[in-house]
Amino acid sequence: MPKDQLKGIQDEYDVVVIGSGLAGLTCANILGRMGRRVLILEHHYQLGGMATWFKRKRGHIFDISLHGFPHGMVKSCKRYWNDDIASRIEPIRGIRFDNPQFSFETTYDRKDFTRILMERFQQPKERVEDFFDKARSFNFYDDDGTTTGQFLERCFPGRNDVHHLLMEPIAYANGSTLADPALTFGIVFSNFMSKGVYIFKGGTDLMIGLMKKELIENGVDIRIYSDVQQVQLAGGKVAGVVCNGRPIKCKSVVSNANLKVTIQHLIGEEHFAPEFVESARRVRLSSSSCQVYMGLKAGESFEYLGDLFFTSTLDHFDSVALCAKDVTSRTFSCYYPDTRPGSGRYSIVSSTNANWEDWATLSEDAYEAEKAKLIEETILALERYLPDIRGKLDWIEAATPGTFSRYTKTMQGATFGTKFEGLGVSKGIPEQVPGMWHAGSVGIIMSGWLGTINYGVIVSNEVDSYLSRNKAV
Amino acid sequence: MTREEIRKAIIDILADIAPDEDTSGLKDDVGLRDQLGLDSMDFLDIVMELRKRYNVEVPSPDYPQLATMTSCLNYLSPKMA
Repeated sequence: MPKDQLKGIQDEYDVVVIGSGLAGLTCANILGRMGRRVLILEHHYQLGGMATWFKRKRGHIFDISLHGFPHGMVKSCKRYWNDDIASRIEPIRGIRFDNPQFSFETTYDRKDFTRILMERFQQPKERVEDFFDKARSFNFYDDDGTTTGQFLERCFPGRNDVHHLLMEPIAYANGSTLADPALTFGIVFSNFMSKGVYIFKGGTDLMIGLMKKELIENGVDIRIYSDVQQVQLAGGKVAGVVCNGRPIKCKSVVSNANLKVTIQHLIGEEHFAPEFVESARRVRLSSSSCQVYMGLKAGESFEYLGDLFFTSTLDHFDSVALCAKDVTSRTFSCYYPDTRPGSGRYSIVSSTNANWEDWATLSEDAYEAEKAKLIEETILALERYLPDIRGKLDWIEAATPGTFSRYTKTMQGATFGTKFEGLGVSKGIPEQVPGMWHAGSVGIIMSGWLGTINYGVIVSNEVDSYLSRNKAV
Repeated sequence: MTREEIRKAIIDILADIAPDEDTSGLKDDVGLRDQLGLDSMDFLDIVMELRKRYNVEVPSPDYPQLATMTSCLNYLSPKMA
């Protein structure tokens, strides 16, 4: 008989959290700390969702999303997790760019970018200041229909090279394009520009491990290999979930699953108003990604390449080319021994945005062949900067849209949640189904480690309020 | 609670949320956001603490009422009377 993963759980919970991405974990931690009875159900054997890592032979660890996040992460971790977790967040040293339009290194903050825009791109100071101020003034609740492309063109007319500089790292960070609302660019870009880019020292595994410890200390029950099939309603309100075929009673549910999976599969469209169902169906998923891990042999190293290295062979910037299978743009995340102090190891993870459709239609053999091609082309691209890298590599592995789909059960391998309209739909769920919330990567601005953590905080406040109001029931 | 007690309660919450800021000389009619460098997540924390400590509910459309100390006191006095 298979092991009962749900052994030892309580008869009833105040909150069941479906999925253990950073939004789900943070929401669970806050509610647990408030004394609510919380159960996290994760289908995978590891917590973290897209904040994940793959441990391989000979000491290799493939971090999927460790690089990098804005400074706001320090405050959020300090307040909603603990001082120990917050104290391990450190700034990265440098971000490099190399493409036919420009090539240099930057600390990626407002001061350095102002200097670069003035000196290298000959932009007048007032124009640069005006751009930064405008970018910072965007609010998520006033979308006037301006796209990022239009906003950048208005600020720096005819300067595709400037648009390239401003957009490429944001596309890497959240999968957004020039066609997405300008406010999503403004908010995310300004978050990074306030103090640069940060990383969690010790790796994703350490961070998630410390979070798990904190959750347990706060009385949160956690079960892995626990797949939720359905959210159960009674009188239109949340009454429980069915997990691994077994019903579990609860007063509220926070789904950290993909937004569309939550509405269409976990709850079922029949429980929503027809116009809500329509708007949920219209939500577009963000693009997927491909990543190639290249781990060096123990004792081998490479010269400093920056921490994040944005490369492109195109002589102009366009968002469509960024996702194309014929890869022209690659971002190399370079991990030096100080990423995991004491490890002595060097590794590089190459990331490219990707379209699900390009991969989903392939046969098994063709998929494997494409994976091999992706790996070979990535090494060739890297050899332009590190000519002797091939001989130093010890472990090479690719994660593709199919990988993300399998491990996180997200739809279409979407690595950045949904486009902007997903935020309104996500926030609208509790009005449709009392006791039900969604927290996770949506709307571009609630994406990335910091975005999802903060969305988890926002939802925890609403759940706590709901539980307080329904105490008597 | 009297107005003065509510004032103290808010200052206690603010001191926990912004431990590096000096809350002793807060001006009643200047925005808390500007005086203490608060962001929207900080205001969410104020709302959560008010519920936890005093069982007071501030629905999200009312968040702007927390802008200054005076507006906080006007808004919270009837709720915390």
